[in-house]
Amino acid sequence: MEFQGFVRPDGRAGVRNRVLVVATSDCAEPAARLIAQGMDDVVSVTQHLGCIALETVTTLVGAAKNPNIFATLLVSMGCEGIEAAPMMSEIEKTGKPVAIVRIQEIGSIRKTVARGREIVQKMLAEAQQQKRETLDLSQLAVGLKCGGSDTTSGIAANPAIGAMADMLVDAGASVVMIEPIEAIGAEEFLASRAANNSVKKQVLKWVSDEEKRWTVPGASVDFMCRGNIDGGLTTLEEKALGAIHKGGHRPIQGVLKNKRGFLEMVPQSGGFYLQEGTHEEIPAITYMAAAGVNIIVFATGRGGVFGHAICPVVRVTGNPETWARMNEDMDINASTIMEGKESIEGVGKRILDEVVAVASGKSTISEELGLDNFAVWKYDTRLEALLGLL
Amino acid sequence: MKKALTMDVKDNVGTAISAITAGEEVEVLSTKQEVVQRIKAKDSLPLGHKIALMDIQKGNEIKKYGAVIGKAVKDITVGQYVHIHNVESNRMPLTEHMLGYK
Repeated sequence: MEFQGFVRPDGRAGVRNRVLVVATSDCAEPAARLIAQGMDDVVSVTQHLGCIALETVTTLVGAAKNPNIFATLLVSMGCEGIEAAPMMSEIEKTGKPVAIVRIQEIGSIRKTVARGREIVQKMLAEAQQQKRETLDLSQLAVGLKCGGSDTTSGIAANPAIGAMADMLVDAGASVVMIEPIEAIGAEEFLASRAANNSVKKQVLKWVSDEEKRWTVPGASVDFMCRGNIDGGLTTLEEKALGAIHKGGHRPIQGVLKNKRGFLEMVPQSGGFYLQEGTHEEIPAITYMAAAGVNIIVFATGRGGVFGHAICPVVRVTGNPETWARMNEDMDINASTIMEGKESIEGVGKRILDEVVAVASGKSTISEELGLDNFAVWKYDTRLEALLGLL
Repeated sequence: MKKALTMDVKDNVGTAISAITAGEEVEVLSTKQEVVQRIKAKDSLPLGHKIALMDIQKGNEIKKYGAVIGKAVKDITVGQYVHIHNVESNRMPLTEHMLGYK
């Protein structure tokens, strides 16, 4: 299979051709927003976790390295602990255009915005010179996420997305799944998919590290609740299996590292990967975007409706009532599985076709609405140290 | 006819895709939507809940998604409702806190 994408200087394929304006700290965020304001194909992002945390830098740099981005402008206040220059050198390794504006150096917000807009307009003009090319599907990377889950998620949307994930991997594409908390209870099953023994150990550690984080005495959480049981889930194993089923059945090639200032990009060789990170919706998607994923496929029973600044989000619901009420906001109807009208594999194929169309330029519903959610997560380094997970 | 889905050929339970009433005939579908079995429901169960596709002895594994989701704590016969009253997790028992919280 093929799609129409943009080839970047580092050989990665993009499905969008956006210019990214990154405020390196939230202090500089309003300036970045004003620079991007009113321009098509320009998005501004920031992080809200202070200006000295190394992990936030790797995520922002990863977002800029994402092949959906043509060029990046870094907007810095000037006094941050996070310095824009090393960020720029890291992004430049991709061969893509990068520039910096520093508010304190230029002299005012107004002057910075004017200078920033000039730079971005130049970048946009260059971007418009680049045309889509026919590329093999093996150059595509897709991230998987579920949220607002309900009874139908584990029966309809997730298994259908899993069928799609298998089709993508068979076509040579890369697929990434995050949210380790969801796998607690299904670790053995997941580990049995590991490509080799070393990966198997990584998968088991990926899950057990997360379990340690959520079972700290005095601050532990329940992994199941009454609502799960009322919905038909009998055991933690069943709940976890339903969640990880969106990852399909193909061998796991590795766990992408994402800690202590190092965020591993998804290899271009294809295959299925797990990623260290969180289950929180937007930060999880941001992490996958920072690893170089092009498109997110999102399963939602109750109707989670958001987009992302870097990656188009394809929403899939398996709930007939959610489809009836919210179809204006849903890209794919998987509730036909619940009605016995369509097979899981049939819906999986339909999702794959939509992903290929979106990769080639078709707007998702969240893109039509201009939804550009973005949030950065950070491990609690002190908790990691206390638990011996550093 | 009422329908239940199986996720894998190894599964010994099916998941109801609509509410099932005791005595009703149930068609069991594969992920390719082939009818793999027809059974008679012995109990009523809501949408999203599980029905036994074969007799399962106490202590034996319950399989869904081709994987073990727990063990039978009572003898279960084909067509019976399968849930927390006759199945327990091997991984983490349910706590009163989880059961009482609503």
